[in-house]
Amino acid sequence: MPSSAAPSGQGAGGSSGGIPPAPAPEGVGLFSRVAARLRGRSALTASLLAGPTLVWLLLFLILPLCVILVYSLGSRGAYGDVVLGFSFDNYLKAFSPLWFPVILRSFAYAAIATLLTLLMGYPLAYFIALFGGRRKNLYLILLMLPFWTSYLIRTYSWIVILRTQGVLNTVLTSLHVVPEPLNLLNTPFSVILGLTYGFLPFMTLPLYASLERLDKSLIEASYDLGANRLWTLLKVTIPLSLPGIVAGTLLVFIPAVGDFVTPDLLGGPSTMMIGNVIQSQFLSARDWAYGSALSFSLMAILLVAIFFYVRRVGTEDLV
Amino acid sequence: MKKLDRELRVLSVDCLNAPVSRRGFFKRAGAAGLLLGVPGLLAACGGGSSTTTSGASGTPTTQKLADTLNFYNWSDYIAEDTIPNFEKEYGVKVVYDNYSSNDALLAKLQSGATGYDIIVPTDYMVTTMLGLNLLQEIDLANVPNIVNLYARFREEPFDPGNKYSVPWQWGTTGIGYNSEKVTGFQPSWDMLWDAQYKGKITMLTEIRDIFAVALFKLGYDANTTDPAQIDEATQLLIEQKPLLKHYTSDTYIDELASNDTWLAHGYSGDVFQAQAENDVVQYSIPSEGAIIWVDSMCIPTDAPHKYTAEVFMNYILEPEVSAAISNFVVYASPNEKAEEFLDPTILEDPSVYPPQEVQDKLTFMKELGADTELYNTAYEKVKAA
Repeated sequence: MPSSAAPSGQGAGGSSGGIPPAPAPEGVGLFSRVAARLRGRSALTASLLAGPTLVWLLLFLILPLCVILVYSLGSRGAYGDVVLGFSFDNYLKAFSPLWFPVILRSFAYAAIATLLTLLMGYPLAYFIALFGGRRKNLYLILLMLPFWTSYLIRTYSWIVILRTQGVLNTVLTSLHVVPEPLNLLNTPFSVILGLTYGFLPFMTLPLYASLERLDKSLIEASYDLGANRLWTLLKVTIPLSLPGIVAGTLLVFIPAVGDFVTPDLLGGPSTMMIGNVIQSQFLSARDWAYGSALSFSLMAILLVAIFFYVRRVGTEDLV
Repeated sequence: MKKLDRELRVLSVDCLNAPVSRRGFFKRAGAAGLLLGVPGLLAACGGGSSTTTSGASGTPTTQKLADTLNFYNWSDYIAEDTIPNFEKEYGVKVVYDNYSSNDALLAKLQSGATGYDIIVPTDYMVTTMLGLNLLQEIDLANVPNIVNLYARFREEPFDPGNKYSVPWQWGTTGIGYNSEKVTGFQPSWDMLWDAQYKGKITMLTEIRDIFAVALFKLGYDANTTDPAQIDEATQLLIEQKPLLKHYTSDTYIDELASNDTWLAHGYSGDVFQAQAENDVVQYSIPSEGAIIWVDSMCIPTDAPHKYTAEVFMNYILEPEVSAAISNFVVYASPNEKAEEFLDPTILEDPSVYPPQEVQDKLTFMKELGADTELYNTAYEKVKAA
């Protein structure tokens, strides 16, 4: 959310920052006059602007969440239907020590994948934003291109690449880099690789958005004031692109924690993530009540984690 | 680089032919859709019950063929001419639609999907659907060919007398293995615990299927509700975990074909698909016993064209029609009269039509109702281990 709100708001501020102070008051005056004129119709305008989204969220987010909440307090009927009730048994089960390793593993995999996408996405976004020139759009399209293919098919391709007799092992063994085919598939390695691959654009795009509107004169100023490249990167560029970093990490981390397709396809017997647990409650075990409680618990854990993350890293200007 | 070439070919097979798997690939797509679509699904849940009543009022017993028949079946589970011949003979247009897992079928019906006249759930799912009031009784007077079935399929434990279900095809759940890599293969579930094949073994993902293997190995009933026996099975499955490559209900077909998996717990027809690609792949029904399953045609409660559905069922039970389906999909037919029209290689194949002493050890999986919880809880221990 910070990423989408920021470009429009700060873009204007960024460009006016370089302009001499004289026109600024006029701009403010114009703004306040427009605002004043709008104020009369503000209630109508506001409801017109926000209305459709609110209705959408109400129907397809709040309402289903309420249903899940109600379900989570029920129990499984004999044939896998939901018997409504009011009991916290499912939550007690959800927080049983049984799942601690699975939850820990999910967070660890997602954290490593987030770090890797950041390490790869940052230079990429930096390159496109600052050196992309007129090819910027082409690079962005190239970045998005894999999205035109189903995620399932892209993940299946990794199976073909990684398996014992797969593309990678065939190349490595025929070049005598390794004597025996490596065991790459169905390991934590392949799951983290799949997550990193799948979520890279979610990291790169917000980073690009925040680096793109970064005021280049500030970087020049940093050089002029004697900072070297590394110091400029650490003290100027990265702090200024922090909103993008926070947005990117959230956009990658949150879906990665709950992912079930990647560990399902690329994982082994011991790479189960919490998403798999929830999925199998809904489908194989057909215990929607327990599945709902697990979903809600995961949501609660994530909310707490995000709260502390944003409080620690985030600042007011993120919003 | 010839290998690379093969990889690319296999990739295209993965992507394009995946739905060929009767119980495969799109299950996951379905699951993703289901989870993402939960809001719509839940919204639709409310509508489910009301449509039931409207459907019932719309089926007066006018014994007249409808113009269309809506048939919802497993993907690639029919002969090419089955439907065209019916359309020609009866002048009914068949709208054919596919799914690839019982879970997906159930989710669709529960979410209020209406309008299907015939669905083809697996045995235990028939019980589940009956428990949820999703099926209606079949008027067997309109299905005289029902007498063509083997006695076993007239008296199935989940639906004695075929009141709600007419069998379509049946098969078994056994072991698919690579006869070149696994040299001393014995028809026993012990093979899936053999440490020398560590990392080359796969198990299915369905909870009851997995437990059935451990229970057979222990010599217990696959439908047991004795917590002590289930506990023992749980321990056995936890012991097995380090030996496994992964749990999979679909990718093992391709892995068997590409020699990546050497021993796979799998469905007979799926293994035959792998065999078609790689002839060292063999299918075996372990001697301790195995699960037999049968997919059956059923009529949903709100089916708009009940009579036409019954006429279609009767048509399917014509010996030639049944045989043509089996000849095409290589699953066994429940139709005894179909034998004379069957491809002899299929009829004589012990892995499709097991000999009597093996058949005697085959067990149907029963829907256990509330006791399913025992297995769900036990499976959590296996998963978390």
